[in-house]
Amino acid sequence: MNERELLLDIQDLTIHYETEAGRVRAVEHLYLELGYGETLGFVGETGAGKTTTALGIMRLIPSPPGAYKGGKIIFRGEDLLAKSEAEMRSIRGGRIAMIFQDPMTSLNPVMTVDRQIAEMISLHRDVNETEALEQAVRMLEVVGIRPERAKDYPHQFSGGMKQRVVIAIALACDPALLIADEPTTALDVTIQAQVLELMKDLKRQYNTSMIMITHDLGIVAEICDRVAIMYAGRVVEYADTKTLFERHVHPYTEGLFNSIPDLEEDRDELKTIMGLMPDPTNLPTGCSFHPRCPYAVESCSRETPAFVEIEPGHRVACPVRAAAEKNGKERAS
Amino acid sequence: MLKYIFRRVLSLIPVLIGVTFIVFSLLYLTPGDPARMVLGDQATEEAVQQFRVKEGLDDPFIVQFVRYVGKAAFKGDIGRSYVTKRPVSDEILSAFPSTIKLAAFSVIIAICLGIPFGIISAIKQYSLFDSITMFFALVGLSMPVFWLGLLLILLFSVRLGWFPSSGFDTFSAMVLPSVALSAQVIAIVTRMTRSSMLEVIRSDYIRTARAKGQTEGKVIWRHALGNALIPIVTIVGLQFGHLLGGAILTESIFSIPGVGRLMVEAIKMRDYPLVQGGVLYVAVAFSIVNLLVDLLYAFVDPRIKAQYR
Amino acid sequence: MSTQTVQKRRSGIMEVWHRLKKSPMAVVGLILIAVLFIMAIFANVIAPFTYSKQNLMHAFESPSSAYIFGTDEFGRDIFSRIVYGARISLQVGFIAVGISMFIGGFLGAVAGYYGGKIDNTLMRVMDILLSIPSILLAIAIAASLGPGLFNLMIAVGISAIPNYARIVRGSVLSIRGQEFVEAAKAVGSSDLRIIFKHIIPNCLAPIIVQATLGVATAILTAAGLSFIGLGIQPPIPEWGAMLSGGRSYIRDYPYMTLFPGLAIMITILALNFVGDGLRDALDPKLKR
Repeated sequence: MNERELLLDIQDLTIHYETEAGRVRAVEHLYLELGYGETLGFVGETGAGKTTTALGIMRLIPSPPGAYKGGKIIFRGEDLLAKSEAEMRSIRGGRIAMIFQDPMTSLNPVMTVDRQIAEMISLHRDVNETEALEQAVRMLEVVGIRPERAKDYPHQFSGGMKQRVVIAIALACDPALLIADEPTTALDVTIQAQVLELMKDLKRQYNTSMIMITHDLGIVAEICDRVAIMYAGRVVEYADTKTLFERHVHPYTEGLFNSIPDLEEDRDELKTIMGLMPDPTNLPTGCSFHPRCPYAVESCSRETPAFVEIEPGHRVACPVRAAAEKNGKERAS
Repeated sequence: MLKYIFRRVLSLIPVLIGVTFIVFSLLYLTPGDPARMVLGDQATEEAVQQFRVKEGLDDPFIVQFVRYVGKAAFKGDIGRSYVTKRPVSDEILSAFPSTIKLAAFSVIIAICLGIPFGIISAIKQYSLFDSITMFFALVGLSMPVFWLGLLLILLFSVRLGWFPSSGFDTFSAMVLPSVALSAQVIAIVTRMTRSSMLEVIRSDYIRTARAKGQTEGKVIWRHALGNALIPIVTIVGLQFGHLLGGAILTESIFSIPGVGRLMVEAIKMRDYPLVQGGVLYVAVAFSIVNLLVDLLYAFVDPRIKAQYR
Repeated sequence: MSTQTVQKRRSGIMEVWHRLKKSPMAVVGLILIAVLFIMAIFANVIAPFTYSKQNLMHAFESPSSAYIFGTDEFGRDIFSRIVYGARISLQVGFIAVGISMFIGGFLGAVAGYYGGKIDNTLMRVMDILLSIPSILLAIAIAASLGPGLFNLMIAVGISAIPNYARIVRGSVLSIRGQEFVEAAKAVGSSDLRIIFKHIIPNCLAPIIVQATLGVATAILTAAGLSFIGLGIQPPIPEWGAMLSGGRSYIRDYPYMTLFPGLAIMITILALNFVGDGLRDALDPKLKR
């Protein structure tokens, strides 16, 4: 299973922001793998560093205040952090495309939608203006927008339609990797399902790999092959979707699952994770989760947990639970 | 669009009547007898009385006001200057070219300098360039135009003798007044461009453009500037409108025969018809510029265009 | 509940002060303004001469150790006149802004709070006033009131009323619909109580910024009016009037125009520094 060919392999990535309030450790020693054709769910609370990781892959971290403090982002065997800005420009949009969270604000309000799509096409393909515009109209059809609306401005579209335009831009140059940053959060529930369905279809059609940033485990169950759970700048658990749903190990992951309402189980109260996300300028020592963790032992506040593989393709950053799991298994066998 | 313009022009009418009313009230309350002012101390009491009757100065306030508005609206007649006896409209029209030239030059200088400096300042926020530009913009904003004018005269006219210190007929005569007047406008345009750009640069669609792999130059030029332009257009329009009302102090320092100086002289001489006509002109000019600015929005922003139906 | 809000507000002010201190320009501005106030209050101690003492024997003396800024055509000490002039300018600036802030703020609050016809009428009147450039309006008012310090304040004050009315109206409109105001209405607070207790404190930030910059504009306008002879009359040492007086001698005695102008510029610059600093401190969103 580990022999699969990796499209993206993030190793030990660290990104910090220097702000007036102090150093924000947005991403800390992060590991992440994505195989060709896979969809990875990237789950965590707001502020866990998911968007920073996504922008980090695109090399779009605003600097200052942001800075890469170490690590590698291996994309198709090459480290993106070693690329020049010009090389990155041809990768952005052409190889890696991104869909942002809020379609209301991610389109330029004073430019017609066909031109916004055509801009992407003419940047990465050898076509003239007219051809780019023609292809843009075709892309609009692909995402289910009638060609006669090509000359409309963003404000003339609804939220769901705008997100379709954003998707059209992202897929216009057939990227190898699509990063979708909570693409449905800003939309109405009924529209969410439509947009998600569209993305699923297009992903298959274009054979794109995808990172789906979300905090909705329902979406993960529906479309993701693998899941990475992120907490306070680190990936704390990584597994294929089935494994993660059946045998999650990390206490934070457990907390996430416990806080989902379950209709079959008759509970009066949802179990929530106690405490709040730590202040990113002042993370707890050792394991960042230990102050909120019901399983924490004394060493958790001292030693930063290693991210270890407990079974093929399943990695966890919690030595306490990993050991308990192992013991449990040994006793069972 | 035409309907919108028509509506706007129509809505000008109450504003102009209001302006006339305010000026009328102010002049009515002003101490001193205009008849005496105009005719001089030597004039006989009889002559003064005759003048008052002829000009209707003894009529009640409301009668004078209605008569003035009626004449202005239906005959286009806004009276004659007490001092020169020429029609007020002629006086204003002959002062207008100097004023519009001065205003246009200053605004053009401000656009050519203010917008580029503002853009670079925003892109390089917190850099040395940004700090220096912002400091000088604030100095420009704080410089009294009449003092700057005098300093320019002192240096370039008295000491160096490069430019004349008064008049507005030749190109070289226009240089000093335009520079003096533009200092503040440059400062305002620079600051507005910077803050508007800063806001736009942080918006999501700029990130989208970068995520497409667009070059930084084109991100600024194609995406940021178009969106940042709206408040810049507003401020430039507003400034131009104000300058059309006569750069009173600048015109007075450089002895430019423009509308501003005309107004100050008229106020000092109690030349009521000229003051009324002048303020009316200023209000009209200002409102027209505002209308043009609003129409210009439609070309900059499709969202606003949609509202103009 | 009320002690809690008071505490919150106080810590808010401390927070603003803390941020203001971080801007070197704002600190320089504050220091300069403090110096100006000291000059104004202790003018009779600081100035070596009185502002009106003539000494024709010493007319047109260039800056020297006796007269550090030189003397004017009547042999009056320019430095002393500038020190006394701080009194005039600060008075005009602050009182004029007080007038426009009070009247404009009240009109704006009423218009925004009641809306409908009252709002329409008031804002129409403000539009009319705004369609006359404020300096021209100030000139017309100054001319009709006649010269003098008090009239100058009124003229400058009235001409700026629409600015405050608009700001307050805008803030009120945005605050009026918010829940805490609805809540106050629901428990039967009177209109006046709501305006003073809830709405005015909440739109203070933009008003404070506008007022700081407004003092600068008022001083500039007043100096401009005096410069063209419609403001304060001699021998009162108004900076604009001094500039105007020195203008005739610019060829031979440029220092006569240099120093009063410098005084105006530094004052305005200081106020603008503080105004900018306050705006950033009150609304850190704008800065980042």
